Amino acid sequence: MLLIDCPFCGPRDESEFSCGGEAHIMRPLAENSITDAEFADYLFMRDNPKGLFLERWRHSTGCRRWFNVARDTVSHEIIEIYAMGKSPRTAAAKAAFTSSWRRDSAAEKAAIKPVTPAKTRRGQS
Amino acid sequence: MAQNQPDRGQRGLPGGSPRYSGFAIAKQAMRYHQDWQRAWRAPDPKPAYDAVIIGGGGHGLATAYYLAAVHGMTNIAVVEKGWIGGGNTGRNTTIIRSNYLWDESAAIYEHSMKLWEGLSQDLNFNVMFSQRGVLTIAHSEHELREMSRRVHAIRLNGIDSDILGPAEIKKFVPIINIDQTIRYPVMGGFLQKRGGTARHDAVAWGYARAADDLGVDIIQNCEVTGLRRRGRKIVGIETSRGFIKTGKVGCVVAGHSSVIAAMAGIRLPIASRPLQALVSEPIKPVLDTVIMSNAVHMYISQSDKGEMVLGAGVDKYNSYAQRGSFTVPEHMLSAAVELFPVLSRLRMLRHWGGIVDTCPDASPIISKTDIEGLYFDCGWGTGGFKATPGSGHVFADLIANDRPNAIAAPYTLDRFGTGLLIDEHGAAGVAH
Amino acid sequence: MSKRPSSQLRRLPKGGRIDRSQIVSFTFDGRTYQGHAGDTLAAALLANDVHLVGRSFKYHRPRGILTAGVDEPNALVRLGRGAHAEPNLRATQIELFDGLYAESQNRIPSLKFDIGAVNSVLSRFFPAGFYYKTFMWPASLWMTYEHVIRHAAGLGKAADDHNDPDRYERTHAHCDVLVAGGGVAGIMAAVSAAESGARVILADEQNEFGGWMLGEAGVEIDGKPAADWVSTMVDKLAQMPHVTLLPRTTVFGYMDHNFLTLTERVTDHMPSRPAHLPRQRLWKVRAKQVILAQGAHERPLVFAGNDLPGVMLSGAVRTYINRYAVVPGQRAVIVTNNDDAYRTALALHDAGAHVIIADLRATAKGPLITAATAAGIEILPGHAVINAVGNLRVGRVEIAPVTADATAISGDIIYRDCDLVAMSGGFSPAVHLHSQARGKLQWDDKKLCFTPSTTHEPSVNIGAGNGSFELATALREAVRAGHQAASLTGHRSSMAAAPAVVMTKQSWQPLAAWKLPNGHAAGKGPKAFVDFQNDVTATDIGMAAREGYQSVEHLKRYTTTGMGTDQGKTSNINALAILAEALGHDIPAVGTTTFRMPYSPANIGAIAGRDIGALFDPFRRTRMDAWHQAAGATFEHVGQWMRAWYYPQPGETMQQAVNREVKAARTTAGLLDASTLGKIDIRGRDAAEFLNRIYTNSWQKLGIGRCRYGLMLKDDGMVMDDGVTTRLGDNHFHMTTTTGGAAAVLDWLEEWLQTEWPELDVTLTSVTEQWAVATLSGPKAAQILQDAGIDIDLSPASFPFMSMQDAHIGGLPVRIFRISFTGELSYEINVAARHGLALWRLLMKHGAAHGLTPYGTEAMHVLRAEKGFIIVGQETDGSVTPLDLGMGWIIAKSKPDFIGKRALARNSMGYEDRKQLVGLLCKDPETVIPEGAHAVLDPSQPLPMDMLGQVTSSYFSPNLGRSIAMGLLKGGQARKGQTVYFPLLDGRVLEATVTDTVFFDPEGERING
Repeated sequence: MLLIDCPFCGPRDESEFSCGGEAHIMRPLAENSITDAEFADYLFMRDNPKGLFLERWRHSTGCRRWFNVARDTVSHEIIEIYAMGKSPRTAAAKAAFTSSWRRDSAAEKAAIKPVTPAKTRRGQS
Repeated sequence: MAQNQPDRGQRGLPGGSPRYSGFAIAKQAMRYHQDWQRAWRAPDPKPAYDAVIIGGGGHGLATAYYLAAVHGMTNIAVVEKGWIGGGNTGRNTTIIRSNYLWDESAAIYEHSMKLWEGLSQDLNFNVMFSQRGVLTIAHSEHELREMSRRVHAIRLNGIDSDILGPAEIKKFVPIINIDQTIRYPVMGGFLQKRGGTARHDAVAWGYARAADDLGVDIIQNCEVTGLRRRGRKIVGIETSRGFIKTGKVGCVVAGHSSVIAAMAGIRLPIASRPLQALVSEPIKPVLDTVIMSNAVHMYISQSDKGEMVLGAGVDKYNSYAQRGSFTVPEHMLSAAVELFPVLSRLRMLRHWGGIVDTCPDASPIISKTDIEGLYFDCGWGTGGFKATPGSGHVFADLIANDRPNAIAAPYTLDRFGTGLLIDEHGAAGVAH
Repeated sequence: MSKRPSSQLRRLPKGGRIDRSQIVSFTFDGRTYQGHAGDTLAAALLANDVHLVGRSFKYHRPRGILTAGVDEPNALVRLGRGAHAEPNLRATQIELFDGLYAESQNRIPSLKFDIGAVNSVLSRFFPAGFYYKTFMWPASLWMTYEHVIRHAAGLGKAADDHNDPDRYERTHAHCDVLVAGGGVAGIMAAVSAAESGARVILADEQNEFGGWMLGEAGVEIDGKPAADWVSTMVDKLAQMPHVTLLPRTTVFGYMDHNFLTLTERVTDHMPSRPAHLPRQRLWKVRAKQVILAQGAHERPLVFAGNDLPGVMLSGAVRTYINRYAVVPGQRAVIVTNNDDAYRTALALHDAGAHVIIADLRATAKGPLITAATAAGIEILPGHAVINAVGNLRVGRVEIAPVTADATAISGDIIYRDCDLVAMSGGFSPAVHLHSQARGKLQWDDKKLCFTPSTTHEPSVNIGAGNGSFELATALREAVRAGHQAASLTGHRSSMAAAPAVVMTKQSWQPLAAWKLPNGHAAGKGPKAFVDFQNDVTATDIGMAAREGYQSVEHLKRYTTTGMGTDQGKTSNINALAILAEALGHDIPAVGTTTFRMPYSPANIGAIAGRDIGALFDPFRRTRMDAWHQAAGATFEHVGQWMRAWYYPQPGETMQQAVNREVKAARTTAGLLDASTLGKIDIRGRDAAEFLNRIYTNSWQKLGIGRCRYGLMLKDDGMVMDDGVTTRLGDNHFHMTTTTGGAAAVLDWLEEWLQTEWPELDVTLTSVTEQWAVATLSGPKAAQILQDAGIDIDLSPASFPFMSMQDAHIGGLPVRIFRISFTGELSYEINVAARHGLALWRLLMKHGAAHGLTPYGTEAMHVLRAEKGFIIVGQETDGSVTPLDLGMGWIIAKSKPDFIGKRALARNSMGYEDRKQLVGLLCKDPETVIPEGAHAVLDPSQPLPMDMLGQVTSSYFSPNLGRSIAMGLLKGGQARKGQTVYFPLLDGRVLEATVTDTVFFDPEGERING
């Protein structure tokens, strides 16, 4: 029974939250062409580490806001909670973020509008 | 499809180990049980094998057994990082059924059911497969409609299934509450008479003993630390007990599939989640079948020891810790007391969690990979135990022939790329 | 036992913590006995010289009372009668009250004569795991064997009446420090923490705080007798408002982030239970710091006949004497590998019993040994009890000299008559909660036990539970732990000194002797039990090891040791040690099993709490519900909602009622309560752009006051929900969703806004509950609105189809949508929820003259099916695309992107053999094809058949005078005109033609009435 420190409401019981699975999956834009298999990397393939995991949580019976959590899937220790659209700050979480295969996947590259990259980036979870 | 009789291989213990029987027990009793032999050896790993199965759970041991018994591959090993049957094989609620909606699912689970029937004789080890029936309850008009769809499909797939009304259900399950005013009343249900339960540990031990008898090395306390490749081809595995050379590696490591896959740089669409279960203190028999309810996420049976065995839905976040959140059993027990008031004055004796690997379409992956000689059998979600013999049987076939047979074919890893899913989940698939 | 015992024959004339002024009578197995308030059932039975109280699980061996607490494996009874009966309760924990009624278990017909005992005679043929080795031939008979096996299983019998009359509650609590265990260490820790002002919860499973010390004599703490010190401290805690004392409360679960679960037995000990109190209460505690003071459990010694009634744990015997003033026997034999049993010997001696001590240790020294010698107690050093014999109660023991390691007999056997054997094999700290919380353990090969090492959660172990058996040490640890916990939770705390202690010193280093010799070859000789409840013997463990079940987990599962209701509290370590011996390993190498919740069995009723019956899950009812009920409607469960299904008139069948309602909606007018539809208010500069991304069709150009139907997909391209959305202003929309999908859709939209498109200026508000909706449909709809006093022009010109207007009806402000799910002229009238019932009544009043008929969800389904409109969740199942539904028209090709667009472009989505929505007309127009029936081309083919797909909707259409159906068939759109067959469950085969999905008014001429 996790105790999750909602950035908007403070520490609350796990039972008030719902988990949205892997964080930082950028959505390929339909206008950018990628193969069906590359698209499946976005749609179906999931990181499932034994250890530190970057995931999305929502305070579903509270403020209903989404945020990111860096949690160890073995010890269940929460090492960092950070806002949607932001990248993690702690060294371990940062490493997990940058080392992910997604960073150079075709699906992630296709998530950016060539014209205004910044705009879409800001929105990424 | 579902109708073909599986090739069971040679029955019993052709390797010549002493057989089990009432007579053997009587004979041993005279010797005060001093002369029983090991059920399986404890060999050191050989330098090389024709094939190595990673994972000494039910699926892995079954795979090894069928490789030896059906495909004559006896120079093989099963490597297990802990003790055999210590994963989900020993942590499930032992429910067995084959009444699935989609043709592909019906095919593999019915294939498994046929192997369950007669498995004790195949292995000369009583796995206590008890065909006491599995009854799935419907609690709303919508669920009744889903049930009708399911039963029609199941029947046309040649699998037994009957629809029961509340009164018939009450007759079949006297302790169930069919009061129509409760929140989720029992409005009907469908029964697979051939379904039931088995003694989960015995499945692992039986397969281990029979595989061992055929020459398979079962190596416990041997952890895989890496997969060695030459180019896109497997050449062996690194383990805590040294390197083992082999050209074929079958990974059957429920709860760790993604970890092993990562060693080979393979991506899986899998999330590992806790699945919780619990038993009550043993009481004199009150429940003679298995009951499942999806609306309220609970399933229940009574073990041969008299314990009420209850299971819940999968937990909501990834974990490798074999522990779930208390809210899950809490809600499940409320639902259970609603349907079975007798539970209210019983006590929870043991509670545990397993780690299930779940796929987006709630169907397994039985597949070659883009690395030659590397095969995966994973993603069974909550359906693993009931699939044990069938999974092992078709996976052995895949490893032996390097191509999937008709039953395994739909379960390739590629299906996520093409989008040709087997969506038990999307189609309101019932819990397992 | 044979002669009827006179009342409380074994009660000591003085002493104990019982209330002698209160004589209570109770019934056990039909016989009435007397005891005192303050007794446990076990104590009271022993006071009456009753030792035989149960039968074992497998061999049905006679069993007595082994312990004085939670670790009891044998003395299980069924307590209470009728609906109040509860099986498998430990007599050692049941507090005695007047009129208590208990029965023994697992015996037919009686404890003294149990036919099940035949198993014991044949036990040689039932070794561990024998099930796995037999009953395999003939296969056909297995289910018969299995039936017999199963019906011999189980311990107690559940309540005769299954409806639990009691009430349970759950409560949450937050504290700085939770102390689990209220022995002297726990009490000391609680005081030490609480004095700094920290919020403390102290929980103990017993009725009184004090633990072992309540059963110890001659101990002084802080200059007082231990028991007096305890009451002083407990009084002190009781005075502190920030301290919660929870007696009769078991901490049974220790989960992540210091979340612990407790069950409090509130009224179980009361003869009559006040109605205002729950029977039990589940506490869910989130603690900042946890102090584990669980104490220790004594271990039995493993010798032949160690399971006979009258063979007890030494500490338990002492507890019965000192705490309950009951002396369980007159001629006692003590067998021990440690000093502690000498305290019991002295207690027995002082209580007037004759005592012999067989001490496995050849050279035991120390003040306790000296005291025993001084008391004239016969001590046999280097001796062991090798066999205890008796019928239903121990009557004699065989004692023999043993080698220094106590593994072999080294001399002649001595025979001694006795009526009590008190054994002590050393102590095991109760590390259960520590282990549940993923704390590590280490083996102490001096004290011969596992003790806690590192912890995973913010917690600390103290006292006997930490392997610190010495009282003074335990108290020092307690003071420190309390102080530290207080400091760590931000309280200024100064460390006090631990109180002085007076207690005879003893050694805490037992002799490692796990299996006593019996003079027979391996496997031979009478049984020596390791796990009493499950009848696991030392021989069984040896056999399991020989067969290769050598992991502790394999051993447990193969022999069932430790799997009983006592969870192996008395057997785990002995089993582990004997396995280690058999394998020639040392104990830590063999390992220990991880403990899981619960520490001791927890009531399911208490865990379910009040979340049962009406409180299990809310019923949602609309504002018009009272009217539907009064009108005698039948209701349907739709998600959490209860919707009016149909309104049968007297004597009408469902079909007749539905036919009438359906006809009315097409000939005159019908009124549907559509309040349950999900409604979401969408505002913001980017609202239109947002809808463009969420829906498959285009929304930018939708005019204000105009409505549009939208289809929502998951990003895998599968249909998720549908509904009509209306533009109320440039930046303001009103979205409707399916009834079942409302919550999911709101979450879905929020997720995309917050996680994917935070740059969009859009806000969402659920207004499902704010609007009540009455849908007026049929040729007379407009007329009825006029009669009801609507203040707008309803002519199609000024109020066209798919538009919305604000208006008043009979003074009620309403928002009217001219949309139609029936194909008729139709108005969805939204009104502030509080006016819902008034609006409904108003319309029914003015509609009466025009034959306005209320219709339910079933009629709604038929009406929309006549028009071929889909229902998400019925025509779709999460694996259906818009193309499969023949709704390609709703996909805006021009849009660069929308949720699901890329997925729909996957090659596989275009395959011709995908299931596609079609109409189906049964050859026999009177026959309605069952929903869920599957279509085949050749009904005579063998099983398994090649199936095309299934019927999703099927009804009798009174307007067409025939049955109609829709279904999803492989390649369906190409099958129009084809004949397909439906083999049914009852053996019938129906024949049907594949058609278009629109059955009624295909040109849509009726839409304007």
